[in-house]
Amino acid sequence: MLSKYEVVIGLEVHVQLTTDTKIFCHCATRFGNQPNSQTCPVCLGLPGSLPVLNKKVVDYAILTGLATHCSIASRSLLARKNYFYPDLPKGYQISQLELPICEHGRLEIDSPEGERRTIGITRIHMEEDAGKLLHDSGAVSRVDLNRACTPLLEIVSEPDMRSSDEAIAYLKKLHQIVVYLGVCDGNLEEGSFRCDANVSLRPRGQKEFGTRAELKNINSFRFIKQAIDYEVERQADILDEGGRVIQETRLFDTASGTTRSMRGKEEAHDYRYFPDPDLVPLLVSEDWIEEIRNSLPELPETKIDRFVREYGIPRYDAEVLAAERATADYYDALVKEQGNGKLCSNWVMGEVQRALNDSGLPVAECPVAPRQLAGLLKRIEDNTISGKIAKQVFDAMWKSDRDADSIIEEQGLRQVSDLGAIEPIIDQILAANPEQVAEFRAGKEKLLGFFVGQAMKLTKGKANPAALNEVLVKRLKG
Amino acid sequence: MKISREQVEHVARLARLALADEELDALTGEMDAILGYVEKLNNLNTDHVVPTAHAVPMENAFRDDRIGPSLGTQKAVANAPEAADGCFVVPKVIE
Repeated sequence: MLSKYEVVIGLEVHVQLTTDTKIFCHCATRFGNQPNSQTCPVCLGLPGSLPVLNKKVVDYAILTGLATHCSIASRSLLARKNYFYPDLPKGYQISQLELPICEHGRLEIDSPEGERRTIGITRIHMEEDAGKLLHDSGAVSRVDLNRACTPLLEIVSEPDMRSSDEAIAYLKKLHQIVVYLGVCDGNLEEGSFRCDANVSLRPRGQKEFGTRAELKNINSFRFIKQAIDYEVERQADILDEGGRVIQETRLFDTASGTTRSMRGKEEAHDYRYFPDPDLVPLLVSEDWIEEIRNSLPELPETKIDRFVREYGIPRYDAEVLAAERATADYYDALVKEQGNGKLCSNWVMGEVQRALNDSGLPVAECPVAPRQLAGLLKRIEDNTISGKIAKQVFDAMWKSDRDADSIIEEQGLRQVSDLGAIEPIIDQILAANPEQVAEFRAGKEKLLGFFVGQAMKLTKGKANPAALNEVLVKRLKG
Repeated sequence: MKISREQVEHVARLARLALADEELDALTGEMDAILGYVEKLNNLNTDHVVPTAHAVPMENAFRDDRIGPSLGTQKAVANAPEAADGCFVVPKVIE
């Protein structure tokens, strides 16, 4: 069915910035506080109050623009977008229309088919968020304006995506970048990263875009994919029956997995934008841009290349490690202490990740610091302990904040590599299992594993596997 | 006519103004006169003039990202026609 139509998707993402205060006043932006406790005359829209732009919002906008290859406007304006809604106390939202701060950027994504695709970014502009409406079961709604005036970046893509999977790849990439930059906490449930999707279909080969529907405010990657997939099918059905898609805003219903028309807000689409007389023009100098450029952190792509090049790990490992900045920082610190890139990546992706998942901790709060873990990995490399025993030591370190060496000594976990100590144990095992010895000697060499297992059991895992193998083979064959 | 009665009606609706028929007639006339007067500006050549949004030549007024005191819930809703649980109460917006 879908082969007949090409899917065209453009995305508008609202990124809530991590500034301490709101965009135009000094109220805090903390989430989840008592309703209306973080409000003042400016964000309540009281008469006579004057907004003043938070400089950090501009810094963050420039930073995000540079990270997405945008050009930064040397002159930019704030404008009023006029509409009435109870969550908007002033009767207008301060936003940008003409002369947004960033334009003409791009993002590289890998499509599900493994193809590198460039998605254009039309513009990034600064604006204030609206308040929150709480809908009770009764005849009224309640308004909490703590969120009103919280700084947002609206990042608008070109209609360059051709499937819901590409849309998700773009969103995940963008999410990763803003979190890396530290301009957004990336929390989807709390609405720090929200997405509107413009979806339309056109017959394959047709140049003009079809009529689009706008899917509003969806706050999880899974729901965005569901919403787009549903919308594509809905529009395809309409077109198949010879109908016309109406340009409209549609809401995604998480319960049914469908979208429904959001009529009633249609008329309000006459926003009568005009430059806000309360806010003077914003001029961004080359020096300012350079200053921000110098503070750009290493972004995932560069980091992945460096990990592969400098630490000699597989690309797959590098991608996993670089997915989150905190994990990448942890790994970076670990390798710098320890030196063995692959051993370190195995441990960060394995034991460390497992232990963090089990305890529900973020990497930044990992109880075993990179320096401590490096101490443990050194003991694997110099054969003091085996990899298996190391996991046991790691668990003890996790709980106690002690160094590997003290745990190894205290619990007597040193690996036994001394042949003189291993030989008597092997003699004991061979004597106790004459049948298996006979079978092995008759050619059933798989039984070597059985003998290794017995020896490990008797030494509580402390026998050096290489030494053990050597002695076993010598005795069994001899 | 610079502006039609329908346009005035539309603008009034956007501004949530309920205008009686005779008010609409009067306002259409007044707005038409105003627009006619302002239209004189179109005779000027403004090809090389940057649109002026502000009369005062000033730019880059910023504040630092430093938290200051807020009003607090009680004061914030003190003048609200209706409030409950620290929230403003409004007629239901979504059915």
